[in-house]
Amino acid sequence: MNITEVTKETFENEVLKSDKPVIADFNADWCGPCQMLKPTIDQLASERDDVKFVSINIDEQDDLAYEYNVSSIPCLVVFKDGKEVKRSVGLKPKPEIIKLIP
Amino acid sequence: MYDIIIIGAGPAGLTAAIYARRASKSVLVLEALSYGGQIINTPDIENYPVAAHISGFEFANKVYEQAQALGAEFVFEKAVEILDSGTEKTVVTTDNSYTCKAVIIATGSENRKLGLPEEEALVGRGVSYCATCDGAFYRNKTVAVVGGGNTALEDALYLADLAETVYLIHRRDAFRGDEATVNALKQRENVKFIYNSTVTKLNADKRLTSIEVTDKNGEVSTIELNGLFVAVGRIPENQNFAKLIKLDEAGYVSAGEDCITNVPGIYAAGDNRTKNVRQLVTAAADGAVAATEAVKYIASL
Ligand SMILES: Cc1cc2nc3c(=O)[nH]c(=O)nc-3n(C[C@H](O)[C@H](O)[C@H](O)COP(=O)(O)OP(=O)(O)OC[C@H]3O[C@@H](n4cnc5c(N)ncnc54)[C@H](O)[C@@H]3O)c2cc1C
Repeated sequence: MNITEVTKETFENEVLKSDKPVIADFNADWCGPCQMLKPTIDQLASERDDVKFVSINIDEQDDLAYEYNVSSIPCLVVFKDGKEVKRSVGLKPKPEIIKLIP
Repeated sequence: MYDIIIIGAGPAGLTAAIYARRASKSVLVLEALSYGGQIINTPDIENYPVAAHISGFEFANKVYEQAQALGAEFVFEKAVEILDSGTEKTVVTTDNSYTCKAVIIATGSENRKLGLPEEEALVGRGVSYCATCDGAFYRNKTVAVVGGGNTALEDALYLADLAETVYLIHRRDAFRGDEATVNALKQRENVKFIYNSTVTKLNADKRLTSIEVTDKNGEVSTIELNGLFVAVGRIPENQNFAKLIKLDEAGYVSAGEDCITNVPGIYAAGDNRTKNVRQLVTAAADGAVAATEAVKYIASL
């Protein structure tokens, strides 16, 4: 399953107004731990249809990173009904990421 | 039953897997997080022989693929205990247990925390342990680095190129790190030194806003800032095995260059062992030595 890249312009529709809970993966190309986390996110995205995964590149979307107080990546921010409900910073194993799903 | 179980898939563990597989031993590698270990955090490795420049991510992938191609098995579970009944050892993980003839502990180290109450909640909201990872968030902002060793000095220098102001907070009046780096820092107008002081409080409003610093006379001052980089060393991850394995005062496995521990058939390789130089090349060297010792031990059974 493809993971949608979200920008400042599409954030509201893709994330805040989503019917399903959303896990937003803040990342960057130069960030090793982000690349290590990616296969797990890809796997979960194809295994679970009760949650939507989106990706946000912090180099291109620094406004979003700032707005959501992201200052270390990888950072997974979980949104439900337009609100942040949880977050996880750093590389985590798959079971920890499953626990984030509301 | 496996011949060899390796705990930790960092550079030491992966190299041990390569050597053990090339000696035709069956190998299980247990990894708590993700293969590669600490090195995935750096985009630039420039001191590993042959590779003039390689990213930590690429390095990790290459060693992992090499170990896998040689037939090492990988299971992503955290080892929590080793049980020794002589010729058979059991490694207990969070989910299972596995038996083998020899164990190589290659669990590396993790960042030492300051130990302040708000610290963990503020990781990713102003508190960081890796300047090269998170420095980009602090362009033209105010940051502080805590620590006095080479990591702290190099972090401060790296951040001085990005941030508006960098405070360098050290609990002593002289640095343990390289003099050249100290001198380079002194040339920077935007680096401010705070000696004989420790960080005693983190203040936050959604994200870190200021820190409280206490000097050796007990005088408290507040520094407004956006980011705090903690570089107060690393601690080995050996506590799970302390019942069985002898550790030194700092928590490293007491094992010499031969990687041999106090328990026959159990070896320590990499950053988690008592040693002076903790680098990729020495971690890889340990992996080779520990695997070779383990193979020799198995042959003697
Ligand atoms: C930002 C940064 C930059 C660096 N740059 C360089 C450089 O340029 N050149 C250089 O030579 N060195 C560099 N280093 C140092 C180098 O990364 C380490 O010396 C090396 O990674 C040590 O390897 P290791 O295998 O002993 O331990 P680690 O790399 O720490 O690997 C240990 C592995 O064991 C796993 N583990 C821990 N406990 C358990 C458990 N109970 N069960 C299962 N798995 C477990 C961990 O998750 C980890 O994957 C750098 C380090 C950092 C942090």
